[in-house]
Amino acid sequence: MLAALTALSASIAGAATLDEGLAPCLACHGEKGQSQIAEVPSLGAQPVFFLSVQLLMFRDKMRPIEPMSGMMKDWSDDDLRRAAEAFAKLSPPNAALEPPDATRAEGARALIEQHRCNFCHKQDFSGEQNAPRLAGQREDYLLKALRDYKNNNRRAYDAAMADVMHPLTDANLQDLSHYLSRLR
Amino acid sequence: MISRTSSQIRLLLAGLVTSLGLTLPPIIQSQEKPPPNVQPAPTTVPGRPDIPNAEIAKTLRGVTSPPLPTPAEKLQIGQLKMAKGFKLEVYASGIANARSLRIGDKGTVFVSNRQLDKVYAITERNGKRETKVIASGLDRPNGLAFHSGTLYIGEGTKISKLEKIEDSLDNPGKPTVIYSELPNQQSHGWRYIAIGPDNKLYINVGAPCNICEPPETNAQIRRINLDGSGAEVFARGVRNSVGFDWHPITKDFYFTDNGRDWLSEDLPEDELNRVTKVGQHFGFPYCHQGNFTDRDVGWGRSCNEFTPPVALMGPHSAALGMRFYTGNMFPREYRNAIFVARHGSWNRTQKIGGDVIVAKLNVDGTVKSVEPFITGFLHNNEYWGRPVDVHVMKDGSMLISDDYAGAVYRVTYNPQVASR
Repeated sequence: MLAALTALSASIAGAATLDEGLAPCLACHGEKGQSQIAEVPSLGAQPVFFLSVQLLMFRDKMRPIEPMSGMMKDWSDDDLRRAAEAFAKLSPPNAALEPPDATRAEGARALIEQHRCNFCHKQDFSGEQNAPRLAGQREDYLLKALRDYKNNNRRAYDAAMADVMHPLTDANLQDLSHYLSRLR
Repeated sequence: MISRTSSQIRLLLAGLVTSLGLTLPPIIQSQEKPPPNVQPAPTTVPGRPDIPNAEIAKTLRGVTSPPLPTPAEKLQIGQLKMAKGFKLEVYASGIANARSLRIGDKGTVFVSNRQLDKVYAITERNGKRETKVIASGLDRPNGLAFHSGTLYIGEGTKISKLEKIEDSLDNPGKPTVIYSELPNQQSHGWRYIAIGPDNKLYINVGAPCNICEPPETNAQIRRINLDGSGAEVFARGVRNSVGFDWHPITKDFYFTDNGRDWLSEDLPEDELNRVTKVGQHFGFPYCHQGNFTDRDVGWGRSCNEFTPPVALMGPHSAALGMRFYTGNMFPREYRNAIFVARHGSWNRTQKIGGDVIVAKLNVDGTVKSVEPFITGFLHNNEYWGRPVDVHVMKDGSMLISDDYAGAVYRVTYNPQVASR
């Protein structure tokens, strides 16, 4: 796997095909757009704008997280764009089979309405522009991302999430992650 | 007593509804267990049950600048309107997320980033204009100041400097940190900075929220000596200022401040403020625009406790960069007036701003009028560009930065054209 990661660092343009160039990405993030690895997000059907921004932030070390930043350091803007478009075309991740706990779902729905999460992430949480798809995302990843925003550990491209996170408690974040990960 | 099953009732209802030409929502099969993939109930705009969220939400979403700049030929400067005699041209394009502007003693134009990580220098050599990156890998380096050959950079949690920068643009080295006592926050966590006539460096430390009781370290403008020592709070009750400057004659400090969101379409308005005494409190979070207390945290407070603004800049309009006009190119009426770049609203269904306005002052420093100067970055309720900062050049022309299209524009004035 490490060899594959290193091979990619040259450029996806250097790979014989785009599929080949992106294979190391999907090895962790899931070939069908659905990640099977803890705290690694599913990329399927994410908005192109959001993906482009995140890829750029990894490449330019605004989010200096390995192996992402290292793998992408030689990517061109065009590589970012092509990768984002390819990931966006993967199927949306399947939600967990069991329904959300009724009490937690109720709590999450109230938070969503109060904090207008669906204004940016859309009514069905399929995401749009710079607001990612949340429906069916891994619960552990959602919780990690929300906590990172809450604790100022994740640099955001814009400050919208930080504003929203300010009044939320950790229990709120857990309910939201529980509910959204079970939303199809 | 007639008893009916729910399906019988539904059939009856269906007949009634069909006869009225309406459709019936699908039956929810079980009340005990939620179906496996529950969607949130369609919500409505608070206080307006007739407006579904989905429709109106679109117009109230945050507007995010694209990470890549608009190509020069696609900049829609033809949409811009200004008074006769003024002309706007593209000064530099391809500068993604162009934010604060500063001009060096030797004429170098410095441009910062907020959402990206770079600081740029634009130079002219033998009539040829050139843009280069002089620092990268920075943490939201929104703030720029220039003083005695040194460029100061305001990042999220620190202020740093590049000495003799105009002599070393090709090899500027790494910025040296002079001050790092700034809170780490993503919300309003980028810095606007400027150096005053007192040779102190002023830093905006915004509220870490939309509306909240801010910590002691926040919602203030702070000043430090140029070596990073002697930090003191200069103004309090400031939600988030992204522009300040000193009156060329009175040396009074004026600043723009952005009002809270999600209160109303029309309230509060952004502010233009004047500091006349160190330590004045400008109201946030208790009092907005000098005349009403906050719905959430204003109870028990009065606007009389705080210093009111000298002018209102429009609701949600995002009044950001501001400069006094000290040049000689523009007509006399603009001398010592304040030009303000309004980035434009997001938290409003009918967007406003996306323009440059001008506040003309009375002799006593109060505001006589606020007028549009350049309009048209907003078209059909959408932005093609968003002005962030303004800066007067040595020849009296004015630069405007645009972080949405990733460009810098230059405005000139020609009296012959004006009198034609």
